[in-house]
Amino acid sequence: MVTARYTKNPVGAHYGLGNWLLQRTTAVVMAVYTLLAGGYVLWRAPASYADWKALFGAGFFRLATMLFLVALLYHAWIGMRDILIDYLHGTGLRFTAQFAVAVVLVFYLIWAAAILWGVPA
Amino acid sequence: MPPELESTIVPKVTTKNMSAAPKPRPKYYDLNLAHLWPPALLSILHRGTGLVLFFPLLPLGLYILQTSLASEAEFARWHELLHHPVAKVAIFLVAWSFAHHFFAGIRYLILDLHVMGSKPAARASALVVLALGLAAAAAVGACLW
Repeated sequence: MVTARYTKNPVGAHYGLGNWLLQRTTAVVMAVYTLLAGGYVLWRAPASYADWKALFGAGFFRLATMLFLVALLYHAWIGMRDILIDYLHGTGLRFTAQFAVAVVLVFYLIWAAAILWGVPA
Repeated sequence: MPPELESTIVPKVTTKNMSAAPKPRPKYYDLNLAHLWPPALLSILHRGTGLVLFFPLLPLGLYILQTSLASEAEFARWHELLHHPVAKVAIFLVAWSFAHHFFAGIRYLILDLHVMGSKPAARASALVVLALGLAAAAAVGACLW
């Protein structure tokens, strides 16, 4: 007979491993973008406004940049959370700082999308 | 206190440690930044550059992207501004921050795969990463000047 037993887990909320993994997967996404975008700029540096606009006007590059920025924002969230946990003691102070970081990151996300999809034709 | 007087005041411990017990405490670790061994220096610089990349460089980058894409005049303004000697120094520092964070991060990814995890290997790879960050910044500097 199966009996359900309530056991309280004493060691945390268990999103630490997921965060650890996401910090690394987002890093890989950013590294790939950095190498591709960096390589492209070395190969054909956008010297004029027309080049610059054409680069970000291309659908693929726009999507890749947005993917990079989403990865960056999530990566920054995990990194900033680690830093705040290490140096800001006092739950109220730390939660306030984490909340501020989260709000700023969501603002950056919306801002980034507005920039990339608001490029004048 | 002059070092020659030290032995006259501080009694020298000559008792031989006969047991397998750990050495007497307290241990003293010099946490001065200049005395950090390479992996520790790499680590704290990875954290420091990460913080700086989050703020102020991320919003600054988004602002530059937004304004430079907005109009030809704005693009020209940034083009001119970024050729200013002070801006070149700033770009050099940004390049180093990014490069160091990039290479140190790749080193961590490799360590996570349990590759080069021994102490001498980790120390050597830390020195390589510190050098690569500076080399990448130097390469950007060579393009700037």
